[in-house]
Amino acid sequence: MTEPPFAPTARFAAPGQQAATPWQSATVVSVLAETRTARTIRLAPEAPVPHLPGQHYVVRLTAEDGYTASRSYSVASAPDASGEIELTVELLPDGEVSPFLHEVLEPGDVLEVRGPLGRWFTWDGSSPALLVGGGSGVVPLMAMLRTARATGTTDLVRLVVSVRTPDDLYYASEMTGPEVTVVHTRTTTPGDRRPAGRLSTADLGPVAPGTTVYLCGSGGFVEHSSALLLDLGVDAADVRVERFGPS
Amino acid sequence: MGGFTRGFTGRRRDDHGGRLPPGQYDTGASWPVLSAEITPRLSTDDWTFTVDGLVDRVTTWSWDELQALPHSTYAGDIHCVTTWSKFDMTFTGVSVDVLLAAAGPSAAATHVLARSHTGYTTNLPLADVVDGKAWVVWDADGEALAPEHGGPARLLVPHLYFWKSAKWVSGIELLDHDVRGFWEQNGYHDRGDPWTEQRYHGD
Repeated sequence: MTEPPFAPTARFAAPGQQAATPWQSATVVSVLAETRTARTIRLAPEAPVPHLPGQHYVVRLTAEDGYTASRSYSVASAPDASGEIELTVELLPDGEVSPFLHEVLEPGDVLEVRGPLGRWFTWDGSSPALLVGGGSGVVPLMAMLRTARATGTTDLVRLVVSVRTPDDLYYASEMTGPEVTVVHTRTTTPGDRRPAGRLSTADLGPVAPGTTVYLCGSGGFVEHSSALLLDLGVDAADVRVERFGPS
Repeated sequence: MGGFTRGFTGRRRDDHGGRLPPGQYDTGASWPVLSAEITPRLSTDDWTFTVDGLVDRVTTWSWDELQALPHSTYAGDIHCVTTWSKFDMTFTGVSVDVLLAAAGPSAAATHVLARSHTGYTTNLPLADVVDGKAWVVWDADGEALAPEHGGPARLLVPHLYFWKSAKWVSGIELLDHDVRGFWEQNGYHDRGDPWTEQRYHGD
């Protein structure tokens, strides 16, 4: 038979058993507008569980008649002693859950949450990582960057975030320093040396061997960036992908 | 827990005549793409499918050999654990029954581990891939299955959450015990029945 071109690799090896993650209550501590269409919700879960940067929570809303709707949101904050978490929610105009979280939810409200979940799109905090995010895809990467800053390991990470315009950038006040590259695809800020345009290999490269790439964004962004990474010689097995939003 | 969420009413109550499993919503015309890895550049020339493990005859099909087998079509709904469901899709391919018949499963086989050309894996009870419940498909809604949806061919097990329907499928291994696949090792359920919301371990 023909050898398959994509050989199974050690990255799919078993990390072992995991206990069940139950639903629990979490109280809304604060809410913060990140952009016109993104809101960060700080939650205090009843029984805090430390998360790994990159993990997500499921939020479940229940109507008075028992109807429920659940969605997954990435944690934007680094794990810390507060036991609280921050979820950043993009407003989807046709959505059912995100308009509630944007327009109705206020501090003091109680949500049902389940997490932290997902152990694949997580950074271990000790190995080199290239973080590539498009739009709202920056959220789980921000947890990684914040973790690196909190632990003094920014030399291990580099964040490349692509947004349409400066107004679309989440966590703008933290997008500074040599470990962060902001790419504007439509409109730049005055004095920007890079003209507006799609993410390119020059924005991403070079990528040192042994770097794990965390790629998160819309389907279109992920496909475009994947091609660039492969062109830069990155091994597909070193890329972890999370796709967000409409595709 | 209990109680309701202050101020939440929800708006999509149409359960499509009982076809929408609990906790799911209708994604409408869109077909969201979810995967943990880069979409592989995989041509039909490179594609193969193998049935191995507890079988009488380990059997491998090339693309052309698979196409020469009797085709069958699934028409119905699919359900993703991320809570979207998509109604009234059609997929065409070969029934897993046909592939298993060629390989001859051993009487001891109870589970399968499906695998992909990328190295992705997912585990299923053998009973969930026999008797007309599972296919290897290359056509979705009358068109060639797109690479981001698992093309050239993926597994289709539509009565379970869609991560069980391995994209870029390369084979199934028959086993006499359950061996966790990729998402299952990462906290997701071993069976994944959408009607009982078997999303994560312990559900």
